[in-house]
Amino acid sequence: MAKMTMVQALNLALKQEMEKDDSIVLLGQDIGPDGGVFRVTDHLINKFGKERVIDTPLAEASIIGMSIGMAIHGLKPVCEIQFSGFSYQNFHQLENHAARMRWRTQGRLTVPMVMRAPYGGGVRALEHHSESREAYWAHTPGLKTVIPSGPRKARALLVSAIRDPDPVIFYEAKALYRAFREEVPEEEETWPIGKSNVARPGTDLTIITYGAMLQPALKAADKLSDEDGIESEIIDLLTLSPFDDSLMIDSVKKTGRALVIHEAPRSFGPGAEIVSRLMEDAFYYLEAPIQRVTGFDVIIPYFSREKYYLPGIQRIITAAHNVLQA
Amino acid sequence: MSRNQLALAGNIDYLSILDENGNLDSVLEPDISASQHKTMFRAMLLGRLFDERMLALQRQGRIGTFPPIKGQEAAQIGTTATLLTSDWFVPSFRETAAEIMRGRTLDTVLLYYNGYNEGTFLDPSLKNLPISVPVASQILHAVGLGLAANYRNTGEVVMTFFGDGATSEGDFHEGLNCAAVYQTPVIFICQNNQWAISLPLASQTHSKTLAQKALAYGMPGIQVDGNDILAVYVAAQEAVDRARQGGGPTFIECVTYRVMMHTTADDPGKYRSENEVEKWIERDPLPRYSNYLLEKDIFTRQSLDELEGQIQKEIQGAIEKAEEYMKNPVDPLNMFNHLYAELPPHLQNQKKALEKEGTKWTKGKDHG
Repeated sequence: MAKMTMVQALNLALKQEMEKDDSIVLLGQDIGPDGGVFRVTDHLINKFGKERVIDTPLAEASIIGMSIGMAIHGLKPVCEIQFSGFSYQNFHQLENHAARMRWRTQGRLTVPMVMRAPYGGGVRALEHHSESREAYWAHTPGLKTVIPSGPRKARALLVSAIRDPDPVIFYEAKALYRAFREEVPEEEETWPIGKSNVARPGTDLTIITYGAMLQPALKAADKLSDEDGIESEIIDLLTLSPFDDSLMIDSVKKTGRALVIHEAPRSFGPGAEIVSRLMEDAFYYLEAPIQRVTGFDVIIPYFSREKYYLPGIQRIITAAHNVLQA
Repeated sequence: MSRNQLALAGNIDYLSILDENGNLDSVLEPDISASQHKTMFRAMLLGRLFDERMLALQRQGRIGTFPPIKGQEAAQIGTTATLLTSDWFVPSFRETAAEIMRGRTLDTVLLYYNGYNEGTFLDPSLKNLPISVPVASQILHAVGLGLAANYRNTGEVVMTFFGDGATSEGDFHEGLNCAAVYQTPVIFICQNNQWAISLPLASQTHSKTLAQKALAYGMPGIQVDGNDILAVYVAAQEAVDRARQGGGPTFIECVTYRVMMHTTADDPGKYRSENEVEKWIERDPLPRYSNYLLEKDIFTRQSLDELEGQIQKEIQGAIEKAEEYMKNPVDPLNMFNHLYAELPPHLQNQKKALEKEGTKWTKGKDHG
């Protein structure tokens, strides 16, 4: 096992899968000699050549549209959209084609492809580089939406995404790219798409989150434990669509209290679906109204103010107390 | 039945008037007044010195990531110099010199690259759009402004900027097509600086020139030496005159070079040779222009030095103004401003919730 950043872990997943399967090709802007602006594809062009690591012209719709064609032909394109804020320039290709090709050809044509994209705030980036709009994709029938929360899960989930028979949106929190290292095994490891994880066991309160927000949730939970003896159970969703609600429902049946955290804007965000599922399947176990700690319903402000926008430890602790006191 | 070659309208000129060795084509030399020359040179020098100063500030951690413009001053000033204040300016994100030429103040640039939303403030008298980061997306807005100008019969022209990479985006092609279909008064300025982050032009397009793309849409196109301000000016003036007289859009490819990194977060050492950069530095638009102006007695060595001193003072003043502003604690509630004409009730509640946290804003990194 080696200690790796999320960037290195993702690079490992791509490298190992490409070694095993020559149908895998990478497409994206600056993914060749530059290794991607975050270096996730570093050195892959040297190993696999420019036929498999394709530096595309500056056109997001070209990347996704061509990948759909390549996937129909039997290849497995793994695309990088440089920042998720630019993926709207390929929105129509995903919504109109990738998501529904299987459905509208009665299973004859399929689009097994992955769109990787960095998302989220917290790295003092320029505008259009910090949004958290995963709800667009999770809302789109026919797509799968995966959001890992750290290096080891990112590697295991990317392998699963590449092997998945359907189009997968793979959101990588740029705040996590180099934030910390984790042991990542050299040998193959996968994590099933559509399976959540208990990131921290607890009995008093269930915190449901994913992606970059797992870190402040864990820190807040430790603080709640140290200072107030409150034991939070944290459910890391890992996949938003298809959504695995089983662990969080079981957890809330046990704790009776729930708190949902995401950096995406609040209204009609992933939290709304999470809370609805809890209302449907755990309502009679609830002892307090469920609370959400989310981004505000505004454009994420430029970086001098982003720390006031992003959910942090303080807001999580306050909300946890509210849920516990209700 | 037959097979004949079609006669397609138009061909592509390449225009160069003053080359890097100081050779001047006096037949093509434009008649520009001394005061206009002074305005243009000052704007180029300001663009250069401000860019260099911003890079130093960025390296000191006094501003965030920004895209340097060094080497592209002639393409930005030779073009915008032909606009009237009443014309529209629609930039991409590597046109700081052009933005300043069009009235944007230096301190707002510094605030913007320090992550302050206040940095996008534009004086209401300016007909400028804010910078556009999603590549090529602004091109269609320029066409829309042109359509509106035609509809209202205002006589305005619109000038939009983008890079070589943008010519691969769908919005570019849709923009040129619509502009020609509706004969809108739009001048498309492509700053072909040879690199889209790490992708060289040869991998961006298989076309011999970018200018020739204009022909497919049925509009005039021209390629100019983008480091030759005289050539840029002549091409832009022709296009502006044509547009103002109802002659429709023009596409101008300014052949230039991105001397610096894509943004300060980029490392060009990963993908291009210093050799190539050196060759383009020899074609630097600034000494080329200043030598010409010295020759014409528009400037003397002494007046150039004075000008540089004056500009450095102006830059220093802007830095002090921006840094003075940033000494105040940021107002987090600003993020709720200007999202809608009227803040809806649910956002008023969210704003109140943030306001209630106010007591905790003073210390520590984690404010959420």
